[in-house]
Amino acid sequence: MILLRDLGLSLHGRAVLNGVSLEIGRGEILGLAGESGSGKSMTALAIMGLLPEGAELRGHLRLNGLDLLSLSDRQMCAIRGRDLGMIFQEPMTALNPVQRIGDQVAETLIVHGEATRAEARRAAARLLHRVGLPPERFPPTRYPHELSGGQRQRVCIAMAIALRPQLLIADEPTTALDVTTQARILDLLKGLVAETGMGLLLITHDLAVISGLADRLAVMRRGEIVEEGPAAAVLAARKHPYTRALVAASAHRPATPPPLPGPPLLEVREARRSYPAAHSGLFRRLPPHRAVDGVSFGIARGESLGLVGESGCGKSTLARAVLGLDPLQGGEIRLDGDVVRAGAAMPARLRRKMNAVFQDPYGSFNPRHRVARLIAEPFHLDGRPSDAADRIDAALEAVGLDPKDRDRFIHEFSGGQRQRIAIARALIARPDLIVLDEAVSALDVRVRAQILDLLADLRARFGLSYLFISHDLSVVRSSTERVLVMQAGRIVEEGATEKVLHNPAHAYTKALLSAAPKLKEPD
Amino acid sequence: MSARPTLIAGGVLSGTVLALAALSLVWVPHDVTALNIAERLRPPGGAYLLGTDQLGRDMLSMLMVGARSSIAVALVAVGIGMGAGVPLGLMAAAARGGWLDEIVMRMNDLIFAFPALVIAILITAILGPSALNAILAIGIFNIPVFARVTRGAALSLWTLDYIRAAELAGKGRARISAEHVLPNIANLLIVQATIQFSLGILAEAGLSYVGLGAQPPTPSWGRMLAEAQTMIYTAPRLAILPGLAIVLTVLGLNLLGDGLRDALDPRLRRAAR
Repeated sequence: MILLRDLGLSLHGRAVLNGVSLEIGRGEILGLAGESGSGKSMTALAIMGLLPEGAELRGHLRLNGLDLLSLSDRQMCAIRGRDLGMIFQEPMTALNPVQRIGDQVAETLIVHGEATRAEARRAAARLLHRVGLPPERFPPTRYPHELSGGQRQRVCIAMAIALRPQLLIADEPTTALDVTTQARILDLLKGLVAETGMGLLLITHDLAVISGLADRLAVMRRGEIVEEGPAAAVLAARKHPYTRALVAASAHRPATPPPLPGPPLLEVREARRSYPAAHSGLFRRLPPHRAVDGVSFGIARGESLGLVGESGCGKSTLARAVLGLDPLQGGEIRLDGDVVRAGAAMPARLRRKMNAVFQDPYGSFNPRHRVARLIAEPFHLDGRPSDAADRIDAALEAVGLDPKDRDRFIHEFSGGQRQRIAIARALIARPDLIVLDEAVSALDVRVRAQILDLLADLRARFGLSYLFISHDLSVVRSSTERVLVMQAGRIVEEGATEKVLHNPAHAYTKALLSAAPKLKEPD
Repeated sequence: MSARPTLIAGGVLSGTVLALAALSLVWVPHDVTALNIAERLRPPGGAYLLGTDQLGRDMLSMLMVGARSSIAVALVAVGIGMGAGVPLGLMAAAARGGWLDEIVMRMNDLIFAFPALVIAILITAILGPSALNAILAIGIFNIPVFARVTRGAALSLWTLDYIRAAELAGKGRARISAEHVLPNIANLLIVQATIQFSLGILAEAGLSYVGLGAQPPTPSWGRMLAEAQTMIYTAPRLAILPGLAIVLTVLGLNLLGDGLRDALDPRLRRAAR
């Protein structure tokens, strides 16, 4: 149905795609896998005719025999939405925040002259119902901010399929979502393909997502398709070394050192923190929202403890309390025997014992400072040591960077390198505990595997403890000894990682596990 | 640089005005305080490049000295606004919804609620008309503008992870504001400053037009306009020249502000490449 042959693309003279040939038939799901920068999103934009300025496209691109490259902007506009639909990674930015969801879905129909306003409204309600937003629970008069991330993605899907397109392009549709939500969205997409007979181009960096869904799989690297074929066969044979590397990286497990004996490093007892709820009516307030509700746990020296749960379960609030950034309203946190208090009440001596690495490699650094100054920031705690310059070099070397990088600015580094710099900053004051708040979630699988190796290595070398926070079970599985499962502010299950993951006791843990996409090991 | 006509046009216009004002400190074609009735209302050309006014003073010299007082008033007024407004905005953002934030922002609302020029007239009427009081009156109204811009931009920065990292390094809010927040909103403030600067020049012209700015014999653009009013049919040049000076200066500063915004914003810079 859609055919790409020898598609080449250059942006401002730089080659982005090279000889890309793909084919998607009716009712077929093609998975397109690759790391960021491999050109998979550019392929999608090329098909949609939405390339940025300065792009030059060569080769053939046909939809049912119609040459898309020969069409004018105006003709392409008519095809977009009608024959080609697209959904994106971030459902919040893809929706207009001040328009009701029903109107947004209806608009696609009205713009393409398919329906009158009243008909479009009714059709929109039907579509929203079809994508799992039944009118009795999610009336079309809702606004995007009243929905969760998964529900917003459903609205985007409803908009994309409103005109029954022949091809739907889904660019990392579940990357921003939790595992359970991801499983439901993937199910929905699969159901829609079977029902409407449209083709689906599913773009993702996560091979596990594709393995359960796609009929055929194409692996892309540096703008070229390196391997293509039936999904099961490609994943089983792994002919190309790059495919092999990708599969190995997503199942990667670093060697973990055993915890050290002695009293626990961190003790959390009955920690509670709630936020005031919104007003309901003029004077009445709803009862406060309990983000963390009576949580207790400990971390031994040299131990890595996982904390798993969906977004909004309170794990980041707990992390902020442990780090002494927010006060608790009940309970107690002790680090090395001393009570952790938020803000200025916390002595520098105690603060020095812990640090953190955050999720977003792009928001973690002041763009106006050089690397040496960025990673030396924790020296503020107890004065700049006389050997500061040597320690900066040592920290850069410890995380696998060149000491010469100290004079560069942060925008010169890739996401993985930035996360290394964040680790260097966390290490430099020689802490005992590092809180890793989704520290590898934003990284590609191969970079993620490298960072996990680095973290395991550093833990063994410096006797560090980790509190490893993630929504991704596979990450926790490979790099922690014990794991806590958190739901709605409470710890619902706790135990040795292997035991919890192989033999979950709580229903929520089971749901998390069954939702996570898995790559089957070849026999 | 060659791809930024706005920045260049704005820079050239503002630069010329600034250079002429600076030049007037050391040299003017003719003394602006000396009256010479014999030479009154000379047309442009000859010894008087832009002609003379009804009292025989050289227009070019008047405009040059007038630029000085306009620029001085606007500059100090913007200084007052930034000096008080930026720290207030940073404090409000650092307090993130605390009582300090409330107090600062409600006081801002209070100042915003009054029509600026009317209050400026009130202040100069109470304290007496002078250039200094005009500066004070215009400066006070710049404070909430800068406080608001600063707070808005700073609030979004406070959610970023590098602020978290600085908190973990035991840095206080004041220090984080100075070290991490201020440098990253500086481009926004510079742009706002050029806009306020041009508004300050307009306000000074307005105040001296009604006789509440710089006092005679110090020339000012606003008073030149006011005095030319009665002769608008006999010598329109007398009103057109100071009017043109005001328009070109304000236009130049606005262009400069726009150009600076484009040049300093890394996102726009990338798009231009």
